[in-house]
Amino acid sequence: MKVTITVNGQTHESDVEPRTLLVQYVRDTLGLTGTNIGCDTSSCGACSLHVNGESVKSCTMLAAQADGCEVTTIEGLAKDGVMHPMQTAFMENHGLQCGYCTPGMVMASISLLKENPNPTEEEVRIGLEGNLCRCTGYHNIVKSVLAAAQAK
Amino acid sequence: MGGSILGNRVLRKEDPKFLTTGGKYVDDLLDEPLLQEAVHVTYARSSVAHGRILSIDTSDAASMPGVIAVFTGADLDLQPTPSAFNPAATRTLLAMDKVRYVGEPLAIIVSETREQGEDASEAIIVDYDVLEAFVDVEQAMTSSTLLYEACGSNVVFDTTALGMPDNTGDDFFAGCEVVVKGRYMNQRLAPCPLEVRGAAAAWGPDGRLTQWLSTQHAQGAPGPIAAANGVDVSQVRVKTPDVGGGFGAKIGTYPEDLLLGVISKRVGRPVRWRETRSESMVGLGHGRAQLQYITIGGSRDGKVSHYQFHAIQDSGAWVDMGTILAPFMTRPMSSGVYAIPNIECRTTSVVTNTTPTVAYRGAGRPEATAAIERAMDMFAAEIGKDAAEVRRINLIPKFMEPHTTAIGGTYDVGDYEESLNRALEASDYAGWRKKQAERRANNDPKQLGIGVSVYVEITGGVGTGESAKVEVLEDGSARVYTGTSPHGQGHDTSWSMLASEQTGIPMDKIELVWGDTDLVPVGSGTMGSRSLQQGGNAVYAVAGTLVEQAKSVAARLLEANEADIVLDKDKGVFHVAGTPAVSKTWAELAIAEKATGGLVHSDVIGVVGPTFPFGAHVGIVEVDTETGKVVHIAHYACDDAGTVLNPMLLEGQIHGGVAQGAAQALMEEVRYDEDGNPITSNLADYAFISAAELPSVHVIHMETPTPNNLIGAKGIGESGTIGSTPALQSAVIDAVSHLGVRHIDMPTTAERVWSAIQQAR
Repeated sequence: MKVTITVNGQTHESDVEPRTLLVQYVRDTLGLTGTNIGCDTSSCGACSLHVNGESVKSCTMLAAQADGCEVTTIEGLAKDGVMHPMQTAFMENHGLQCGYCTPGMVMASISLLKENPNPTEEEVRIGLEGNLCRCTGYHNIVKSVLAAAQAK
Repeated sequence: MGGSILGNRVLRKEDPKFLTTGGKYVDDLLDEPLLQEAVHVTYARSSVAHGRILSIDTSDAASMPGVIAVFTGADLDLQPTPSAFNPAATRTLLAMDKVRYVGEPLAIIVSETREQGEDASEAIIVDYDVLEAFVDVEQAMTSSTLLYEACGSNVVFDTTALGMPDNTGDDFFAGCEVVVKGRYMNQRLAPCPLEVRGAAAAWGPDGRLTQWLSTQHAQGAPGPIAAANGVDVSQVRVKTPDVGGGFGAKIGTYPEDLLLGVISKRVGRPVRWRETRSESMVGLGHGRAQLQYITIGGSRDGKVSHYQFHAIQDSGAWVDMGTILAPFMTRPMSSGVYAIPNIECRTTSVVTNTTPTVAYRGAGRPEATAAIERAMDMFAAEIGKDAAEVRRINLIPKFMEPHTTAIGGTYDVGDYEESLNRALEASDYAGWRKKQAERRANNDPKQLGIGVSVYVEITGGVGTGESAKVEVLEDGSARVYTGTSPHGQGHDTSWSMLASEQTGIPMDKIELVWGDTDLVPVGSGTMGSRSLQQGGNAVYAVAGTLVEQAKSVAARLLEANEADIVLDKDKGVFHVAGTPAVSKTWAELAIAEKATGGLVHSDVIGVVGPTFPFGAHVGIVEVDTETGKVVHIAHYACDDAGTVLNPMLLEGQIHGGVAQGAAQALMEEVRYDEDGNPITSNLADYAFISAAELPSVHVIHMETPTPNNLIGAKGIGESGTIGSTPALQSAVIDAVSHLGVRHIDMPTTAERVWSAIQQAR
């Protein structure tokens, strides 16, 4: 089936199988491999990206459902070589180690601050419950998100 | 003159890539020329835990859309290979006669797309003669039904068979005023790196096999890959893309990795393989899984004089790395930080019908620490003394020369009491005890629990040194080659700091090369918290030697005495002492050396021996006595890893370690039903710890440098895990100890805590 999806500002018309997940579409069809796959039960959040500005686990959505939508992936965050404040906050606070959960974590964190611009530590922890990280113990991820909130 | 960069909070060089385009993991190699037109490999797996294979029918699968080929072990004429740790145990890379755990690979589907392979794997029909399955080590030990008949027993490794003394039973404790016994299950865990296993393989036009592998140790892979492919090891090149975590489980190679070259040759196309998470939960090795019987004895004043420990290690269904962690990592560390004059420790490793066990963050030392720390707590409870005080009474006094324990572990340097003091002070231990007393007095349904652990562990136990090569290019930039294998640790940053410190070449002009066996043929990888003390140490030493080499080139060009040449590290130039106006840059020296092989130095740098990081953790939990629910509310970690290169990276390792340790104490466990069916085989069922279940960690610094390497560094990758688990298990039990509870096995889930309270009442 035919879909028209705008990804990182560029509109793509593609022919996809009806069962194609949005994450498979961005990775396999568009070759945007920054978005990672970490599980098969929508538990880990590694594939989080933005659809119409809201964080979505892209393994829970079909590409067909994103027809006509605006999608942003990690590759689309930096503007003119300048990192998004959340990316900067993760860098400055050592909010990543192996980097695998990072794109999803950053996308989910941006969404979190959009909904709650001044969260408490507790609210960040609960807000990121659906994004798993095995390296950082979340300590510096939480710190990064709080720092990004402050930086705004 | 600028100061040293070492010891500073330097941000990571690797981060901009990870944050803007994402890493290039093995499944992201879309542009790799050798992998164009690659087909996908899917493994069909056993659905029963133990059984004889009567038949494998692949005909339906072979005719499904997109399927290029289907192979069984017979199709590939696979031959049995022995375990490195017990040669009587043999297996084929695909199960042929027998399956021994759910998830064991038994057939291969090659297809145009991954989805077609998954569909076809469902169509493979296997007929089994189902055998009795063991998920319990003690049942497996005594049964006559064997996983490996040639072993004659399900016990596949025992310290008594190595000539080490057996435990002597209760007679050992004659004369002790107090004797306490315990049976602890150090439960089975899933390592769960966020990136599952994956690999790709291609035969090049030169006839060599290139394999991309998500691994912690590229240099360990060509041997087994060459053997599986029937070629000489020189014909195999392993390349490591970015790796999304390993935690020990990606040290070795797996059957699924080893067969890719064989499959590629058969179908005449490059191949890619990436497992699903559900496959990974049963296919990637598990950790821990050690049943522990302990007896501890001493006097009523709190002095422990005797400790006896029998560790029964669950090897899972293959005699893999997990088998030997108990004898060679747990046993030597069984004394912990305590001066116990009489210790016996026997370990017995047993095969069961479960996923094979391998190294997992700590690998044998968390088990040793958990056992002795739990024993100390039970001893303290028995004599009615404070658990921190009993620890203090028994600590090995500060030592700056090697110290050997009664079981034969030799530690480098230690000041355990100081780490305990710092942790108790920073946590306001006395304050928490006061709060706890108030809640107890008020009969508050939510009780506080305070747990203390003091630990010592062994790091750099793998390898006796590491390779390094430092090369200065004609533009004055440097390339550093290392035999370690970063997958989150930040070696690009750390090794650049070390090389920059020696050479004065800015960090951003230093490139790190790793994980490619053609470019770095010698290396022991990243495991066992060895990287900085061996790999970083080697980079530091080799860069230092290269500077001396460069001075001799500069002397020649400047027509001066070599002894008079100095390196101005701020400017990155060489000149004669006292005459900085005439100088030579690194670039000029590299150009001058071009004809004679370049400005490069390479060596394998040895270390004196492993190192023994230590520390103390205080964990605080709140336990709802009406529901059993545990909340981890505060954590204090004092981890002494010797000289610190980059405090930011050190803290990151501690944070991550504490989270995995907390996960073991409070939440995570791989479980099977009695027939050996896994019931935690995805991330919805396995209790992978999240941000919501953890507090921030208070890190308390302490540095006692080791004399065992040039830079004074010990390992930090696993300490947080080793220290936090016993502190938190202890905290949970402490919260309900006034109700009569003496022990709760990990994970201390609400169900277990609630049941323990009911039983005590």
